[in-house]
Amino acid sequence: MVGNVKAVNDISFKIGRGEVVGLVGESGSGKTTAGRAILRLIEPTGGQVLFNGTDVTKLSKGQMRDYRREMQIIFQDPFASLNPRMTVSDIIGEAMQIHNLHPGKARVDRIAELLQKVGLRPEHMRRYPHEFSGGQRQRIGIARALAVDPAFIVADEPVSALDVSIQAQVVNLLQDLQEELGLTVLFIAHDLAVVEYICDRIIVMYLGRIMEIAPSRELNNNPKHPYTEALLSAAPVPDPTVKRQRIILEGDIPSPINPPSGCVFRTRCRYAIAECANVIPELREVAPNHFKACIRDDIL
Amino acid sequence: MTHQGEVLLAVNGLKTYFNTDDGVVKSVDGVTFHINKGETLAVVGESGSGKSVTSLSVMRLIPMPPGKIVEGEVLFTGKDGKQKNLVTLPEAEMRKIRGNDISMIFQEPMTSLNPVYTVGDQIAEAVMLHQNKNKKDAMVVATDMLRFVGIPAPEKRVNEYPHQLSGGMRQRVMIAMALSCKPALLIADEPTTALDVTIQAQILDLMRKLQSEVGMSILFITHNLGVVAEMADRVVVMYGGRVVEEGDVVEIFKAPRHPYTMGLLNSIPRPGEYVHVPGQPKGRLEAIPGNVPNPLNLPVGCAFEPRCKFAVPDCSKAVPALEDTGQGHMARCIRWREFDQAQHEVSA
Repeated sequence: MVGNVKAVNDISFKIGRGEVVGLVGESGSGKTTAGRAILRLIEPTGGQVLFNGTDVTKLSKGQMRDYRREMQIIFQDPFASLNPRMTVSDIIGEAMQIHNLHPGKARVDRIAELLQKVGLRPEHMRRYPHEFSGGQRQRIGIARALAVDPAFIVADEPVSALDVSIQAQVVNLLQDLQEELGLTVLFIAHDLAVVEYICDRIIVMYLGRIMEIAPSRELNNNPKHPYTEALLSAAPVPDPTVKRQRIILEGDIPSPINPPSGCVFRTRCRYAIAECANVIPELREVAPNHFKACIRDDIL
Repeated sequence: MTHQGEVLLAVNGLKTYFNTDDGVVKSVDGVTFHINKGETLAVVGESGSGKSVTSLSVMRLIPMPPGKIVEGEVLFTGKDGKQKNLVTLPEAEMRKIRGNDISMIFQEPMTSLNPVYTVGDQIAEAVMLHQNKNKKDAMVVATDMLRFVGIPAPEKRVNEYPHQLSGGMRQRVMIAMALSCKPALLIADEPTTALDVTIQAQILDLMRKLQSEVGMSILFITHNLGVVAEMADRVVVMYGGRVVEEGDVVEIFKAPRHPYTMGLLNSIPRPGEYVHVPGQPKGRLEAIPGNVPNPLNLPVGCAFEPRCKFAVPDCSKAVPALEDTGQGHMARCIRWREFDQAQHEVSA
């Protein structure tokens, strides 16, 4: 028997030009699937992805290829996302070749420029991925994404696999590049502290649905959804003098094969009432620019 | 529940080297620390710092060859009250200690559990081996342990296989297995790194609760400073196979004396700290430049010197000694006195 997993179920959000939006959630929340579906690396089952007004889900393969020049991705695992048999120059140059950009000698110059932009040296272009550390490989992945001058980048947990002392380097690099190039970024992560740091707005997902959307600071200071409240409370604080009362969510995230009726979070929610099982809460604006999918307004 | 001064485990001058095709990797190069009874000691470090090899050396689980404990001692006082040097203990004796006096939980519960045995079988194995119980009684202990670690319907779960459990449940099973013989020391090697943050909160909460019930010491290996702040009584910071700083958890966070510890603390974004005014340029994290050193080719002097913003020419001449900076706080930096003074000036 084959079942359907609704990894991402009826989500809607907008990203403004030049905006950095965070997409957070735990495993099984659908955050990675959402990011990939936007780029059609996974074909969405239904719905629209409007990029500058064009629905990219309707495009033919060839048309999509042209659009990918504008939409690039940085992957989580810098060890799995670089072809070990290609040199750095081949890896970064491949997309330029496909899109016919910077032909001939100009391409080498462009690769050298990109390497410098991400904090590597031009002579690195003749080396292979195994000659680099994790942080350096992630820089190569970033240079590859930038090679075709995209307007929009999906960064899928770009620092999660890196050592603590290297994470800050890559976060800072992404911030520098975003400001310098005016990039629009969808930053997918599970670490709220990093997302809060780098993003203008944050989208919180749980079991394939959006729970809350708010500007970063607002979300942190004034979460309106019980799941966001619990997620913020669960993150350990790097200060041993802070002893706080933590909200511990009972149980595990339910299986997406058989999600709860009504609100998908209700089985772990300490505010759940009988009504929560009956209605799928709509994402509605509860304060300027602050949206939540929860039927209860008498909490938080 | 710390029994002040009663040392459970003392690691002295431990050196564990690996022979590789490219040369000798000095993964652990003269590591000294101790754990008191009932205490949680966090060992913090990045990949290649030697934190995991240290814990595997304590358990004598280093693959030999290519690895070898070349020097040092690991003094451990078991449940029988006798102190033993685990480095020289015969393998048969060591086997009695593993799982009984010292047990271990790992990062990835799925790879640490045997997929073809039920979780009950796996917990019962240690109980039968160390407590001289038959299978039937051991399975009763297994069920009790599953209940102890908060697994719902333990009578049913005891007969299930690892693949039938979620990641958080599997880590609970690992903890049940590790605690089934009431060990004196639990070594937890990144036990929550593979888990989601809400599940991590559950497991940390559970570990704290069980520690006070069992009265064991915990050697907690992690790279997550938030987890350290939450769990540890004392902290050992490792870099390039050596201890670079050691001290009380509050001291380490409040007044670090080693530039690497300072750098780590400055490089993490703290929840709620971010103050971004729309339209204004965003702030930057204070990153540590450079890369984690290649263990095959460590600098002659201080291993952190190439990345250190406080480095002076003397730093690259010899490996600095681990010096007592007062009140049991140790730092391996020739300039710690200056940082110490700066801290005093700030607080004054």
